[in-house]
Amino acid sequence: MNLKLKALTKSLWVFHAACSPCNNCDIEILDLLTPRYDVERFGITLAASIRHADVLLVTGVPNYKTKERLKRLYQQAPKPCLVVAVGSCACGRVCFKDSYNSPCAVDEVVPVSAYIPGCPPKPEAIIAGILKLIKSLKI
Amino acid sequence: MIKLLFNYLIFPGFLFSAVIGFLAGWLERKISARIQWRKGPPWYQNFVDFLKLLGKETIVPQGAKLTFLLSPFMGLLSVILVSTILGLSIRLPLESFMGDLIVVLYLLVIPAIALIVGASSSGNPLASIGASREMKLVLAYELPFILSVITAVIKSGGAIQLGLILNHQLSFGSNIISLSGVIAFIVAIICLQAKLGLVPFDVSEAEQEIMAGTLIEYSGLPLAIFKLTKAILLYTIPVLLIVLFLGKDLSPAFLVAKYIGILLVIILIKNTNPRLRIDQTLKFFWGSATILAIVAVILALWGY
Repeated sequence: MNLKLKALTKSLWVFHAACSPCNNCDIEILDLLTPRYDVERFGITLAASIRHADVLLVTGVPNYKTKERLKRLYQQAPKPCLVVAVGSCACGRVCFKDSYNSPCAVDEVVPVSAYIPGCPPKPEAIIAGILKLIKSLKI
Repeated sequence: MIKLLFNYLIFPGFLFSAVIGFLAGWLERKISARIQWRKGPPWYQNFVDFLKLLGKETIVPQGAKLTFLLSPFMGLLSVILVSTILGLSIRLPLESFMGDLIVVLYLLVIPAIALIVGASSSGNPLASIGASREMKLVLAYELPFILSVITAVIKSGGAIQLGLILNHQLSFGSNIISLSGVIAFIVAIICLQAKLGLVPFDVSEAEQEIMAGTLIEYSGLPLAIFKLTKAILLYTIPVLLIVLFLGKDLSPAFLVAKYIGILLVIILIKNTNPRLRIDQTLKFFWGSATILAIVAVILALWGY
């Protein structure tokens, strides 16, 4: 495992892309930054701009408008950039699969590296998912 | 020649100040985390962040190659020069040259100018808002900062040489032990907060409203250089204040204690204040801060 990847796994800067979610997942993600869960222990912080980000964190089912934005966000991110889908909607569209305004799932627009299901997933589940992602990078 | 290069690149210069700056940056993050009842990052976090940014792809906006990529280095080189001059004048006060205080004051503005040039060349509307705010911020804080430096100069017998200022304080006591010294020091601490871009005055890269503002288009290596410049500034400006106001006893233990003391004050101000709007910032610096600084200068001229 090279130094570049090791440094990447120790300091993940997250850009939060909300692709028409119901905001429950976003609340759980904000919980990660609070004193109880504090992901800054692992060097994870929220980045303000997509150009600084290492992780593109997607919540919700993309609709016709956010689909294009999501694609452009991924193109604007400096590589290597990981994509994490948080919540059942982002993982597989669940009950919105046949909806008129749901053209595709997240992983049909951008290559997803980790899926964290749950409606919404608990903060512990999100931390566990991100640690599994880091472990899979290390191999 | 080799000694000069060693001074510039390794001991009081680049390597030393970068390491100290990153450790100070960690202290800032850790203490902020403890104040918010969190655990905070490990001590090597800023080094890892820097390494990671070196390994990332660098994206350059269309039609802005030269200025966009050169401006971070411009800021970094000038800040290293400042830290070298300061470190040498602390170690060998008699070898400093005439007027190096003025050189230091000029060089300390260049990082802000580099930020403005880089942000304007990126062509992003949010970055241009950030650049214009940074410009106003520089105009705002330079006046009270220079006035408080002038107070220190008057207190140490009109010397504009860092070595002479240190020598004067060595024989007559620190500049801060007087009414004018205390007032000037308070003003300088507030200006330092703005110079470092920390919270009450971080309008130029307000994360919530304009998404990192001036830094929005930077990624990879240039962003790492900007972070490094910020880290070295976090080491340099408090040391400048120590030289100007607290220069009585500069043995290593006292120097570190004074530096950490100033750092703690900065971090506490950062964590207990909300961000001011740019018009409020301007009003604050040109109003109360400048008036306080002028009062300090007048008191110093009267000998208080």
